[in-house]
Amino acid sequence: MNWSLIVKTAIRDSRKDRSKLLLFMSSIILGVAALVAINSFNDNLVRDIENQSKSLLGADMTVGGNRPLNDDIVSSLDSLSTERTSEVELFSMSYLPSANESQFVRLKGLTGNFPYYGKLITEPTDAANTYKSSLAALVDDGMMLQYNLEVGDSIKLGETTFPITGRIMNAFGSVDAGASFAPSVYIGGKNVEATKLIQPGSIVNYKEYVKVDTDIDLDAWEDDRRKDFRNQGQRVTTVEDQRENLQEAFSNLNNFLNIVALISLLLACIGVASSVLIYVKTKVQSIAILRCLGMKGEEAFMVYFLQIISLGTLSVIVGVAIGSIIQVILPLVLQGFLPYEVNMSISPIAMIKGFVMGVLMTSLFALGPLLSIRRVTPLRTLRVSDEVPERDPLQWLIYGLIFITITGFLYTLTASVLDATIFSMGILVAFLILYGVARSVTWAVRKFFPSGASFVVRQGLSNLYRPNNQTLTLIVSIGLGTGILTLLFILQGLILNNVEGMGVGNQPNMIVFGIEADQKQEIEEITKSFDMPVIQNVPVVTMELAEWKGKTKKEWLSDTTRTSRRWAINREARVSYQDTIPPDDILIEGTYTGVHDGGDSIFISLDERYSEGLNVGLGDELVWNVQGAMITTYVGSIRKINFRKMESRFFILFPTGVLEDAPQFMILVTKSPEKQITADFRNAVVKSMPNASVIDLGSILVTLNDIITKVSYVIKFMAGFSILIGLIVLISSLFLSKFQRIRESVLLRTLGAVENKIYKINAVEYASLGILSALTGISLAVFGSFMLAKFVFELDFNLSWWPIIGIFVFIVALTVLIGLWNSRDVVKRSPLEILRNV
Amino acid sequence: MILEAKSIFKKYKGVNKELTVLDDINFSVGKGEILAIVGPSGSGKTTLLGLCAGLDNPSSGSIGLAGSVISNMTENEKAEVRNRKVGFIFQNFQLLPTLTALENVMIPLELQGRAKGAKDKAEQLLERVGLGGRSHHYPSQLSGGEQQRVSLARAFSNDPEILFADEPTGNLDEETGAIVEKLLFDLNKEKQTTLIIVTHDLELANKTDRIIKLKGGKIVSDQIIKATAQI
Repeated sequence: MNWSLIVKTAIRDSRKDRSKLLLFMSSIILGVAALVAINSFNDNLVRDIENQSKSLLGADMTVGGNRPLNDDIVSSLDSLSTERTSEVELFSMSYLPSANESQFVRLKGLTGNFPYYGKLITEPTDAANTYKSSLAALVDDGMMLQYNLEVGDSIKLGETTFPITGRIMNAFGSVDAGASFAPSVYIGGKNVEATKLIQPGSIVNYKEYVKVDTDIDLDAWEDDRRKDFRNQGQRVTTVEDQRENLQEAFSNLNNFLNIVALISLLLACIGVASSVLIYVKTKVQSIAILRCLGMKGEEAFMVYFLQIISLGTLSVIVGVAIGSIIQVILPLVLQGFLPYEVNMSISPIAMIKGFVMGVLMTSLFALGPLLSIRRVTPLRTLRVSDEVPERDPLQWLIYGLIFITITGFLYTLTASVLDATIFSMGILVAFLILYGVARSVTWAVRKFFPSGASFVVRQGLSNLYRPNNQTLTLIVSIGLGTGILTLLFILQGLILNNVEGMGVGNQPNMIVFGIEADQKQEIEEITKSFDMPVIQNVPVVTMELAEWKGKTKKEWLSDTTRTSRRWAINREARVSYQDTIPPDDILIEGTYTGVHDGGDSIFISLDERYSEGLNVGLGDELVWNVQGAMITTYVGSIRKINFRKMESRFFILFPTGVLEDAPQFMILVTKSPEKQITADFRNAVVKSMPNASVIDLGSILVTLNDIITKVSYVIKFMAGFSILIGLIVLISSLFLSKFQRIRESVLLRTLGAVENKIYKINAVEYASLGILSALTGISLAVFGSFMLAKFVFELDFNLSWWPIIGIFVFIVALTVLIGLWNSRDVVKRSPLEILRNV
Repeated sequence: MILEAKSIFKKYKGVNKELTVLDDINFSVGKGEILAIVGPSGSGKTTLLGLCAGLDNPSSGSIGLAGSVISNMTENEKAEVRNRKVGFIFQNFQLLPTLTALENVMIPLELQGRAKGAKDKAEQLLERVGLGGRSHHYPSQLSGGEQQRVSLARAFSNDPEILFADEPTGNLDEETGAIVEKLLFDLNKEKQTTLIIVTHDLELANKTDRIIKLKGGKIVSDQIIKATAQI
């Protein structure tokens, strides 16, 4: 090969066309920028998790569960730790006398010197050191602001009133959303008992924060005892676990963002492929001349490959630089999710990954159309032809390489060959569907051509299948962009609709729990005095499964052949007794015995999932430990619970006549018509029964809504990349197609077509393309979201059509506008001037 | 002989039947000869030129060009022959639109790996065709006549043994055509090149040594005009 000539010709040949290529290269810049920004962000996130996980946990290890630690565990911790802090955490109502308001809070009672790493930041600073030794409470800063509280005000927790001695300015390990609707209140552990909040039915978690001597391999220690702890219903978390949990939690977000970035890059690559295809078409004559003068096919190919690859590499470098800058914006967008500060710095690995992926994808997608150069015959110098050069069989190899590259990239994200392949196949199927639609459209327009239509319509429609048509490129690129955008809108709408749906109609929105049995009448009266319905007021008895199918719990847990699930075995049973099954439950097996007749056999009803989890069926024997008393029962029926109902649901139902004398509490479910009544009701309940807690589902919905809004903001931010790239692909495709249309437009003008007519012909063509692409993209999105809603999110599928119609109109209008803007140049110039340039 | 065509057939597959564009063509051309191929539209002139110049392959038969049998060659081998031994002039000039006049003329030499001296030679040739002052202009900045003169300079730049011209004046007005025509014959004489012209223009054909007339893909006459021709 004559390399010096190849390089020289590549430079000379590109001189007049560089601007044409720069436009489509801008799509690569954006695609790579998205990829680099996200990867850099991920690298920084992982690094900061490494650095901060110890201070987020506050200790070397925590051991916790919903029952106090037994002696075995305590002694094994004693042998290990140099220091320990005990925490009792419970969710309860609090009353704020100065504001005359009540609030559901996460109450933590602590003894010991927690935190061992990091710092509990309070205002005033000293409050963090003194609250444990006196009757004092630290209250979450957000809650203080919400109720206009000051240090020195008081907070009533159960039966004890605490002075507020400080505001909590940071929190440990509170990555979950619960913190938003149940703000934290810290008190000294010795004061928990005085609140009298720990009652049967209270939701209490016990946790030990452990500081360990540095020469102990904690993970090995944990591995040896994990099984024992689990059998005791205790969960162990080391710093390493915390790090892994955080990384896992954020890797999902990161994988999602990476996939969006990959789709952006793919869109950009479609832009590259389509633009290179058109570029090659404009160069066919030059290639034929070069071949005629003696240039070999491979040399001609190299001339154009060199042009594309050098401009591509340049664009990728610019993309990498822009991506590194954008990553500074990402933490601002994502700050609502992050439990700690992420320090942004340049990530060389992300830059290299973006560069390699960008160059690889640009080259592969450009190679497809470039390969046809090898097949350009020099005979074209003698006979002008609009024929596209033959497809090169090597193209199949290129397609294979593209598939492998995408799968490989996805593998780096998912670490699963199967997942990566399934996702790549999904992308392939979406492409094939769009390709199929584009092919069908060109075929259908030709087959069912409206011969009777006006000249303008006929011309416009025939442009869809004539040589140099843009149908395939535009339907695939606009269709995919529209599809992604619509899918995001639909999913967001579906999630919001399902969440909002919980608060409308007759659905309950308030649950009162922790009511003592003798307060049953009183709570009903309070509820009715606010004109609110008592939707449910049922007793709850807590018990533990002791024995079933002839074996004790301990025997079952050590049985390696058991098929029953650990969650079902260890579950603390909250059982109700009723004479009928709840109206929304469906009896699927057996019959429900509502009233126990006093005989030996007590027949209970189990939920379908719970019976599957325990691997028990009709007639099986289950023995329950009801706070010391053993009760033998038999499975009499199996029910399917309606989980969509916002009511208390019981996996285990006893008949009446068995548990009436057992220690129990009540749960009342009601519906408040408005916010003020909710607040007044809450206050009335807390005042007359401090042990009861009122959960306002409305405020949970608000929190959920807030989270969803943040999620959708992130999604929209990333989808913005795809959309922007889609637009650039659209503009560049149409811009380049302009040169293909010049000859026809000039001829039409020469033959007497007025400007207006040319515009109308173009408008018909672009409107058809816009409509078809948008419709295909939207159809794919509707189908995709239906499948996701049905099988992944398990949501009701109700489409809200207005945003979809909005997207449709926007895409069609944009396609037509950009198309017409491009033709403006052709239409305005004199036919003679254009003829000389053709 | 510099060109020898033996039993050339060129057939294309039509919708229902095979279309024979060239039907048993036999002729040879001696060194330095000037030959015109004439005939009505669709008689197969351009197809024959393309085959003789190694731009296409015959369906059957053999073509010997400048000592090589090109009908058996691969595309890359033919490209080599074209680059070293053949020059081209086209009706629609076929200049590379993104290259200046000078660069267009230099291309065949550069393809031979003779970049050194290519510029000087190209400048001389442009001077010779009267475009010394336009060497840095792009084809779009030149008139049709000027573009064809650049094309002439390019055709002679690699000192070809044989030159193929497809309707060299077909796109030009009479006056410009006459200038190009004169330049073509003068340069051909200077360089001692064999020239094969495909044309409709009988006046131009009559200025050559020999005329082959095609009709329906067959040679209907092969007439010597001047004594230099050798059949």
